Amino acid sequence: MSKEKDKDQTQETSISRRSFLKGVGTSAVAASVAPSVLINAETAAEAQMGEEITRAKIKLNINDKTHEVEVEPRTTLLNVLRDGFDTSGNRLDLTGAKPICERGECGGCTVQIDGKAICSCMTLAIDAQGKQITTVEGIANGDQLHPVQEAFVEHDALMCGFCTPGFVVASKSLLDQNPSPSHEEIKEGLVGNICRCGTYPFIFEAVKAASRKMGG
Amino acid sequence: MENFAYVNAAEVEQVPSLLGDDWNETKIIAGGTDLLGELKEYIETPKKVVNLKSIPGLNEIKADAAGLTIGALVTLSDIAAHPTIQHHYTVLAEAAESVASPQIRNAGTLGGNLCQRPRCWYYRSPDIICLKKGGDTCYAVEGLNKYHAIFGGGPVYIVHPSDTAPALIALGATVKIVGPNGERAMPLEDFFVLPDVNPQRENVLEPNEVLTEVHVPQPKAGTKSTYLKVRERASFDFALSSVAAHFEMNGGTCSKASIVLGGVAPIPWRSKEAEAALNGKRITDAVAKQAGEAAVANAEPMTDNGYKVPLTRNIISRATMSLA
Repeated sequence: MSKEKDKDQTQETSISRRSFLKGVGTSAVAASVAPSVLINAETAAEAQMGEEITRAKIKLNINDKTHEVEVEPRTTLLNVLRDGFDTSGNRLDLTGAKPICERGECGGCTVQIDGKAICSCMTLAIDAQGKQITTVEGIANGDQLHPVQEAFVEHDALMCGFCTPGFVVASKSLLDQNPSPSHEEIKEGLVGNICRCGTYPFIFEAVKAASRKMGG
Repeated sequence: MENFAYVNAAEVEQVPSLLGDDWNETKIIAGGTDLLGELKEYIETPKKVVNLKSIPGLNEIKADAAGLTIGALVTLSDIAAHPTIQHHYTVLAEAAESVASPQIRNAGTLGGNLCQRPRCWYYRSPDIICLKKGGDTCYAVEGLNKYHAIFGGGPVYIVHPSDTAPALIALGATVKIVGPNGERAMPLEDFFVLPDVNPQRENVLEPNEVLTEVHVPQPKAGTKSTYLKVRERASFDFALSSVAAHFEMNGGTCSKASIVLGGVAPIPWRSKEAEAALNGKRITDAVAKQAGEAAVANAEPMTDNGYKVPLTRNIISRATMSLA
């Protein structure tokens, strides 16, 4: 039963031709449906306190760019980043953050909110309004990789790479708070991220190297 | 997860009427790290979720001579990193730091950590309606109970998962609760209720009440405290067993001990036996050992969790010696 429910949820929360045809306007991710079929639209930021919001047009500041998206309260930030469309019909297409455990246990969906690492799978999009959201797509400076990204490349800190975006953002967050962490502090700072290929020793070396690059 | 209506609360006084009187209809969201897990598993399917983050002032820490006042929305990260808490309320800083991962601590709030629901695998399974969820059986009794209670169990055998609760009880904290008839305050120790009082809840909150604030009295000079937590794996996890130890010291003598255990009972479990073994004693290896042994003398392990008895005994001794 739980598997069926998970399947339902996947269908609800990602764009599939089938679910789109099945019922436009009932999809969990309103942001993933063409704007013309949306109903009950209202701007959450302007909603009266105490008012029941069942669908809302919200503004998200992601990587220093404002995106207006339409969401249901249950839509997670991760849903919007990966599968959401803005109200002009453009897909956000920020697929760096990965849906893996979807329970805040693996760190694959890590992004920064106001400079702090959080799990975007356990954050409602509606709760991310008015915050500075930084995804792995937003940490390089143009073509110049962030020192953490450079260090991950130089230290071969990945095998399959699926967990890497989460590790990069978590590592950057760690160094933002503690520019020269000890080995133990790096391990502690990255406990929220799992690498099933087991590249941890290389990841820890990469974080140390990034710390040196950043002058820590 | 099912969709729900989302409501921003403007002020604390508005929350009781927004919540209403049916547990199943309405839930509170703060950090969301526990609630979203429940919604994703369809353990809860509320029609309405009330947001507390829209209420100003609930995310502040105030420290003065009278003690510490922490709003319910203060994150666990902010508690762990607060210099005054680290220095004077060490057990609380260490407990907050021991919760989950940085990602969860950056979102998770103190109020949420105190009010979080149990981690029991029968409770967390969407396919099982256990006693905690209104059914008639606690499946841990006949089933797999490796992570369940060795104290205070029956008719439900969950353990309380909070790390901050044992620390705050050891510090003598009180909580402020707002309901339809205004505010009430009580010692945090009295906030939690055993399952023989109410098998479906872990605390005294009514459906239309909200925990808004925690107050911790300033510890006396010379007080020492620590939180020691044992997890099954080296990275983040809930406690198999944990101990919050808070000693008022007079030289090398413990004049007043507070020993509160986590992960071993349906509520944070004060060990009066360990406290009695420590009060008025000079802290030595022998006294620390006696405290651990006294604490577990009346433990009631189940079929799979007997390991918690020596584990709990030993971490009490270790925590005690670390404060000597």
